[in-house]
Amino acid sequence: MDTKYVLELKDLRTSFTTDKGEVRAVNGVTFTLEPGKTLGIVGESGSGKSVTAYSIMQILSANGKIDGGEILYKGDDLTKWNKKQMAEFRGKCCSIIFQDPMTSLNPVFTIGYQLEEAILLHTNRNKKEAKARAVEMLTLVGVNEPEKRVEQYPHELSGGMRQRVMIAMALACEPDILIADEPTTALDVTIQAQILELIKDLQKQLGMAVIIVTHDLGVIATMCDEIIVMYGGRVCERGTADDIFYSPAHEYTKGLLRSIPTTENNGERLVPIGGTPINLLNMPKGCAFCPRCDEAMKVCLDQVPEEIKVGDTHYASCWMNIKKMYEGGKA
Amino acid sequence: MSDNEYLLEVSHLKQYFPIRQGFKTIPLKAVDDVSFYIKPGETLGLVGESGCGKTTVGRSILRLYTPTSGSVKFNGEEVTADNIHRLRKEMQMVFQDPYSSLDPRMTVEDIIGEPLDVHKLYTTKEERRQKVLELMETVGLNAEHAMRYAHEFSGGQRQRIGIARALAVDPKFIVCDEPVSALDVSIQAQVVNMFEDLQKERGLAYLFIAHDLLVVQHISDRIAVMYLGHLMEMADADELMNNPIHPYTASLLSAVPIPDPKTARASQRIVLEGDVPSPLNMPSGCPFRTRCRYATEKCAQEMPPLTDRGDGHVVACWNK
Repeated sequence: MDTKYVLELKDLRTSFTTDKGEVRAVNGVTFTLEPGKTLGIVGESGSGKSVTAYSIMQILSANGKIDGGEILYKGDDLTKWNKKQMAEFRGKCCSIIFQDPMTSLNPVFTIGYQLEEAILLHTNRNKKEAKARAVEMLTLVGVNEPEKRVEQYPHELSGGMRQRVMIAMALACEPDILIADEPTTALDVTIQAQILELIKDLQKQLGMAVIIVTHDLGVIATMCDEIIVMYGGRVCERGTADDIFYSPAHEYTKGLLRSIPTTENNGERLVPIGGTPINLLNMPKGCAFCPRCDEAMKVCLDQVPEEIKVGDTHYASCWMNIKKMYEGGKA
Repeated sequence: MSDNEYLLEVSHLKQYFPIRQGFKTIPLKAVDDVSFYIKPGETLGLVGESGCGKTTVGRSILRLYTPTSGSVKFNGEEVTADNIHRLRKEMQMVFQDPYSSLDPRMTVEDIIGEPLDVHKLYTTKEERRQKVLELMETVGLNAEHAMRYAHEFSGGQRQRIGIARALAVDPKFIVCDEPVSALDVSIQAQVVNMFEDLQKERGLAYLFIAHDLLVVQHISDRIAVMYLGHLMEMADADELMNNPIHPYTASLLSAVPIPDPKTARASQRIVLEGDVPSPLNMPSGCPFRTRCRYATEKCAQEMPPLTDRGDGHVVACWNK
């Protein structure tokens, strides 16, 4: 099938079965991703942003399952693929780097062994070539003395170095998509800047698409072409970075942007979002955000708002926009 | 107690931890010769990367560690092992992790009431209860939840419990050790606002330790920057953010991702090469010289002293 999108999600739904009942972690996520572009998924803990990423890779924990929607990789529906096909997909077509570089490397194998493993599995290289490739990848991600590093164990490296190794591992088989799940949350600011620059550079060189999952609006603003804002498992709003930051159309996004300290609102009082984060076990009937929303109307309590187009590239699911549309129509 | 200009005065504070390496015991210099002051009702922000010693400074002030050398003066009175019990009625601490800093087997009433017990601040049980409920309302918690346990609360609410516990003894000074970094973005602003309100109402002074520079800039009157146990630069918050002198401060500020796409696209980052050196194997002279663009011979020989560059803007650098 021919498509200009390398990845397309249509109404993805993922749920987990727990002792306390079924938790719908992802509830109808739709987006498209073009080759070479960067998509940011932003939201607070429990918003379903990481589960969306794990659903694409199908690396959900045992009690989780995708129970609706399509994940199209170059037009092919991944949810219909079998285990063997998925194993091929992971690493070769799509790779993921995790938040915590301390725990995502295996402490009992050398860096080199762990890098070569992926290369041997997904390419036709022999052991010697795989080793050369491992060194080449480490050089690419800016690890100094790569020949020495391949013999070392993860505990001998610093956090920033380990995250570089993770990136090298993810990119060793030249995937079309790189998913970065909170890639810099565990790192210091100056190291974070290094890693973000590195991901940008590599993206330019290799032309892959990148999905960045984070709660940090600063990281999103520096890195992304397009942004999805998630809350309570649903997409609140999606559009280009400028759409989201300069003309937010969902009350949650507006609240989020108001609540962060910036260089401009310095000295002023912050405007927090009231209330407490959502409990997925006890979801409101209507809009997930309505218990914390200042503008909530009656309809918000009862009905989930539909996603409507508010700009050329900009979609939002908020009753306020529909209200505005009607009011505009009357006037 | 004397009428002092400074509420807290830290001078030449050193905190070394002995680390055993085989048969040798070598000192880990977590804090090395740090001096600063805090005026009543003022907020000093303390920033730096992990392992730079910012938390250790906070803990040494409250004598959770016994400082190796140097002095901490509170209200003109030297803080020692003998008077710390009394002084902890004036100085309190809010911890980073609202999950591990509250005892899971105590009810909220007992957690907040414990400092009252320790300092014997009530005469009847009824009075204790009343005080706890008042404190809960001050920090925006529902007083009906006094009999609940910590695990029944969300992260933001737990941090409020931690703050109520610190406020119980009506202190003048609170060390806030990364109090908002474990919270969600939408909750952070609630807690930051509460800190500001409490300061206005009670004239509290804060040492606000954090790594999020935008939050620190928002809440602080002055900001101090640490690197590998040393104080590198200290100035008024706006002065430091707009006119950083030390090369480390400049690169730290440029590394902060700005939540604004247009500014982010336009800004030029000073990306620092390499990692922070191990505090067990510190470079000679200035600890930052291994990553500094301006480093010279002199930097390797001697640690630059803090010098005043006008209006209390102090910087430790030979070349800037």
